[in-house]
Amino acid sequence: MSDQCCCCSDCGAMPPELKRKFDELDRYIAELHPDDNPDRSRGFLIQILHRAQGLFGYLPEDVQKFVAARLKLSPAEVYGVISFYSYFTDKPVGRYKINVCTGTACFVKGASKVLDEFKRRLNIKEGETTEDGKFFLGALRCVGACSLAPVVMVNDKVYGNMTAEKVADILKECAE
Amino acid sequence: MNVNLKINDRPVTVEAGSTILEAAEKLDIKIPTLCHFKMDCFHMEHRSASCRICVVEVKGRPNLAPACSTPVMEGMEVKTNTLRAINARRTILDLLLSDHPKDCLTCPKNLNCQLQELAQEMGLHHLLFKGEQSTYNKDLSSNAIARDLDKCIMCRRCETACNSVQTVGVLSGVGRGFKAVVAPAGLRPLAETECVFCGQCVQACPVGALSEIDYKYPVWRALNDPGKTVVVQTAPAVRVAIGESFGLEPGSISTGKMVAALRMLGFDKVFDTDFAADLTIMEETTELIERVKNNRDLPILTSCCPGWVKFLEHQFPELIYMPSTAKSPQQMFGAITKSYYAQKIGVAPENIVVVSVMPCLAKKYEASREEFSRNGVRDVDIVISTRELADMIREAGIQFDQLDEETYDSPLGESTGAAVIFGATGGVLEAALRTAADWIAGEDLQEIDFKAVRGLEGIKEATVKVGGLELKAAVCSGLGNARKLLEKIKRGEANYHAIEIMACPGGCLNGGGQPYHHGDTTILEKRMEALYRADAGLPIRKSHQNPSIQKLYEEFLGEPGSHCAHTLLHTTYIDRKHPKK
Amino acid sequence: MKIESPAQLKKTAEEFRSRPTPPVKLLVSMGTCGIAAGTANVLKAVREEVTKRRLENALEVVEVGCMGLCYAEPTLMMVDQTTGRRLIYGDVTAQQVPAILSAGITEPAPGTRTIERNWYYPEFESAGPGELQARIVLRNTGRLNPESIDEYIMNDGYAALAKVLTTMKPQDVIDVISASGLRGRGGGGFPTGRKWQFAAQQPAGEKFIICNADEGDPGAFMDRAVLEGDPHAVLEAMTIGGYAIGAQTGVIYIRAEYPLAVKRLENAIAQAREYGFLGKNIMGSGFDFNIEIKFGAGAFVCGEETALIHSIEGKRGEPTVKPPFPAVEGLWKRPSVVNNVETYACIAAIIRKGAEWFRTLGTEGSPGTKVFALAGKVSKVGLAEVPMGMTLRQIIYDIGDGIKFGKQFKAVQTGGPSGGCITAKNLDLPIDYESLKAIGSMMGSGGMIVMDEDDCMVNIAKFFLEFTLDESCGKCTPCRIGNRRMYEMLEEITDGRGTLETIEKLKTLSATIKDTALCGLGQTAPNPVLSTLKNFEDEYLAHVKESRCPAGSCSKLIRYVISDKCVGCGLCLHRCPVNCITGERKMRHQIDAAKCIKCGVCYQTCKFHAVEKI
Repeated sequence: MSDQCCCCSDCGAMPPELKRKFDELDRYIAELHPDDNPDRSRGFLIQILHRAQGLFGYLPEDVQKFVAARLKLSPAEVYGVISFYSYFTDKPVGRYKINVCTGTACFVKGASKVLDEFKRRLNIKEGETTEDGKFFLGALRCVGACSLAPVVMVNDKVYGNMTAEKVADILKECAE
Repeated sequence: MNVNLKINDRPVTVEAGSTILEAAEKLDIKIPTLCHFKMDCFHMEHRSASCRICVVEVKGRPNLAPACSTPVMEGMEVKTNTLRAINARRTILDLLLSDHPKDCLTCPKNLNCQLQELAQEMGLHHLLFKGEQSTYNKDLSSNAIARDLDKCIMCRRCETACNSVQTVGVLSGVGRGFKAVVAPAGLRPLAETECVFCGQCVQACPVGALSEIDYKYPVWRALNDPGKTVVVQTAPAVRVAIGESFGLEPGSISTGKMVAALRMLGFDKVFDTDFAADLTIMEETTELIERVKNNRDLPILTSCCPGWVKFLEHQFPELIYMPSTAKSPQQMFGAITKSYYAQKIGVAPENIVVVSVMPCLAKKYEASREEFSRNGVRDVDIVISTRELADMIREAGIQFDQLDEETYDSPLGESTGAAVIFGATGGVLEAALRTAADWIAGEDLQEIDFKAVRGLEGIKEATVKVGGLELKAAVCSGLGNARKLLEKIKRGEANYHAIEIMACPGGCLNGGGQPYHHGDTTILEKRMEALYRADAGLPIRKSHQNPSIQKLYEEFLGEPGSHCAHTLLHTTYIDRKHPKK
Repeated sequence: MKIESPAQLKKTAEEFRSRPTPPVKLLVSMGTCGIAAGTANVLKAVREEVTKRRLENALEVVEVGCMGLCYAEPTLMMVDQTTGRRLIYGDVTAQQVPAILSAGITEPAPGTRTIERNWYYPEFESAGPGELQARIVLRNTGRLNPESIDEYIMNDGYAALAKVLTTMKPQDVIDVISASGLRGRGGGGFPTGRKWQFAAQQPAGEKFIICNADEGDPGAFMDRAVLEGDPHAVLEAMTIGGYAIGAQTGVIYIRAEYPLAVKRLENAIAQAREYGFLGKNIMGSGFDFNIEIKFGAGAFVCGEETALIHSIEGKRGEPTVKPPFPAVEGLWKRPSVVNNVETYACIAAIIRKGAEWFRTLGTEGSPGTKVFALAGKVSKVGLAEVPMGMTLRQIIYDIGDGIKFGKQFKAVQTGGPSGGCITAKNLDLPIDYESLKAIGSMMGSGGMIVMDEDDCMVNIAKFFLEFTLDESCGKCTPCRIGNRRMYEMLEEITDGRGTLETIEKLKTLSATIKDTALCGLGQTAPNPVLSTLKNFEDEYLAHVKESRCPAGSCSKLIRYVISDKCVGCGLCLHRCPVNCITGERKMRHQIDAAKCIKCGVCYQTCKFHAVEKI
């Protein structure tokens, strides 16, 4: 890891798994050569954050600071960006990311009832993760599968023609 | 190139690229603004066009145009007060107020609030809209700046002040939509950030979202504690600004009235930070000459400004060997009061309360730094801003403008012209040069006005011949300018012997604790002019000629740079980028 | 292989075309939509079957993008290469595959569903007599293998670029695009030629061609279909645009939620580089051009061009005031042109066939075609590309086959959350940019959501506003606070707390937001409210005056009761998520209104229509 790491003062104490992720992120950033054109290096920010979220599952503060230092941005600027885009999260999310499409087609076909049923069964609100860290519930905008409306995505899998009754089945499927 | 247009049927010619707002100003037509913030003398303009209060009707344009950011065009016809524009402005204001607490009576910005002013100007007496209001926890984590985001109107002026002007970069727009707000990374409280507490955000904030942490009550308590000897020190820049709070012309020198008021408030001794400024010059100049002679650790950077010092500690820790080790005047004053003066009057240091009146919010933070106490007794106990002092004077029912002028108490109230100019950018360096020149030449020189280092320009340079020496110096105000200069130094492109750095653009006269100027920078120019006028009017204008300072060294400290001086008057700096766990 | 000159391109294309191919082609729709519906399993079955029966030389299996027949996914199309005859199968399952392959091209396999109407696939780039659709934008989508540059070249791919580089000056290109009357397909309909002209007029130096692929309009997915189905068309058009305005770099700003589109674009860019359609000295012309991909991260407002540019620069996607326009001061403060995917997808065809040809389609003010994503309560959901000037009735009834379950048509929303609803009285209006605007809606990106009698228009307006609320950047007051207040007022109405004054305030606020918001997102946010207020004021009034939701959709205003039709089967009791239904078996059941959460499960479940909404 480069000496520009700013997130903690003793990388040696970092668990190896975490260190491996930081190293990988570091390599990814290095390959973009952000220092070649410092005035434009922040143009890499969003793709780096995508990569980081892919690696860490979310964007914890240390990662934000790390990215900020590498692109010579302030942590506030990086946080400002993360909090602007709905794709990014600074909180860990559940193993099963349940996203109910609330695009128009899904809406007119009853997506809100499906969403309500998930909320009720998981006892969490939109954007939250269950206490056991298993399920994250979110709403997302049109996934472009309008013909199957209403649609629910669990991680990368799409469930079409959803109804409130099918909610239990999905949760059961995840539990298995 | 010029452009001709009409505003409210009146023709006007302005330079191409001007905005409708600028053209209207030329005709003395006032268009209300809120998010727009401009400080010409620092080449700063915040033009986010986000509040939409300044919308006007432009012929041929389908929607209303924000006057602050719409460029003029040849033949443009603008109407500022059509019913459509007025309705839109009222609705916008109504909306802003629907998401704003209506606790003006208890708001720290009451009567200094631009939103309140707008509501009054527009005569909005009945609100149409109500609904959910944003709620956040108040951030009172630091002892300098209070954040009450419920009041934030998202003008983002603070963000420009913090990021573009100061390059401190603590603030950013966070979240989006109705939940958007300005905050530090991770919504952390300010105390946990790299904030240097310069308070430029507080100056920029048009509403009560940002203000100082209020220490008036602790001062009242101390004043009413019979067991305490309460002494007050007033910073150089306070005297040329406090009058504004009482309707005096900007640029009035209110030293005498202020001293009288402080005495009426019940301070046992009214002293002057200027005394300590002279002391700072003694120590700092000694260090300067020593470093120049040995050609070591150059350039020497001034260390009077706590905002700047914290900035250096966070952003350029590799340069922490550069600043003078001399404490700031505020802290020197505290240290001397609780040692030399305590001895002199025979009062135990713990029974002395040192109150500072500062144009600055970072001074509140500085006084709380761990290293500025001895045996558990703080050098400076309470710091209030110019604004807070004005409030106290008002609270006490003192008719400030009617007061007869009084003079400071002795001995810590005696000072020179060199000290008073500390309040303006360039003043510290000029004061140091006056002393350095005399000391190197070994005589009492008459040419003491170093005009090259005066003025509000962000970075100034001067080469001064002192004795046989060509001293290269620079003066820098505003942390964005400081960053530029420090980067240059790091790259080895700048070669100076001494640099004065002040966090606030223009120096302390534009401090975060001064009466609000709301972007009227002529006020700043007048304050500056007043400081130099005060200097010129004083009989002694060189720090080393201050008789009380001379006596202090004779009786107590020995000589500048002595062991005793070092113990009391010097400090060390911390690498805050790589904190030790 | 590197194509060094236009002549070589022509030769190569001919070579490709003369390659021997199996007599029958089987197209498998592998767009996101198809994959979600299970096309991958079908494809697997096809491949297995082909291997098993050793059909490799008789049948060419091609994975294509979206065919537009979303309602019938998974879809397969069998094409006879010599006669051109085709058979389209819908709702295909893996089990049907052997039968389909056995049946061949002449007769459909028994037990399958075929798409009989010539819904899809009119003649290339034209609408023949009696044909409703014309394919310019979607000319290759669902027809060619999007991962094969060779197929693209075989079908006139990069011929337009070759023409531009050898026979046209940059200004000629702009003149053709201007003359074609092509207007931006992403929303406002700004003339593309004029946009290019502005950028071209800027002093030479670094310039950018940007493709807005941040399709975020809920219910619109034509850009995704093009990117997944015909990525080279976008690359070719951007390169042509780069040549026209003097740009050296193209940037595609794409939604991160479109992984398949990204993959196919990346693949296409790599191929184009390999063939020399991107890079230095393209086809020996001396023109250099490169394209990079930048990702969005979930912000609808980034469809606004200034916000999009800020996002590419790694900032918060907040719009800024125009002027300066991007054509003067865009990405990294350099002149930039931003067009959306569908706009670019028209370019190569216009260059090849000329402005006059383009103008033969569509209307005087809005030439060409428009792709609509037909969704909602319409029978046949899908992508349809029609000439401008077609009526809504033709699109909804002739292409979309009317309203699902025989319900009553109520309205159709065009322009997404920025548009408005159109009622039955305007069904026969020929639609183009101007006509839609005139009736209080807009073209937008082409989402077309059909609503039926069960949809409450106040609730629909609230839905769109909620979307805008979620997606507002929060920069300007009218959008940040104004839309919030509008939403709250609509909520008052749908909850039965509204009054006539609420409606009046809605009108006042809508007018101000339209007049003062900083960007297009904010300015158009009140449109759904204004248009439903205009067309369905009676529904608003029913809510506020009678506390009644005429569509029976606002849950706070309805109650579920069980009528005497109940036979006491216990199904609803069993399904009720909150156990608020009681009753003995074979006895009429009852709903405890206090406990009922109005989820409607009982209503949907009951086989005897005994549960009623009142």
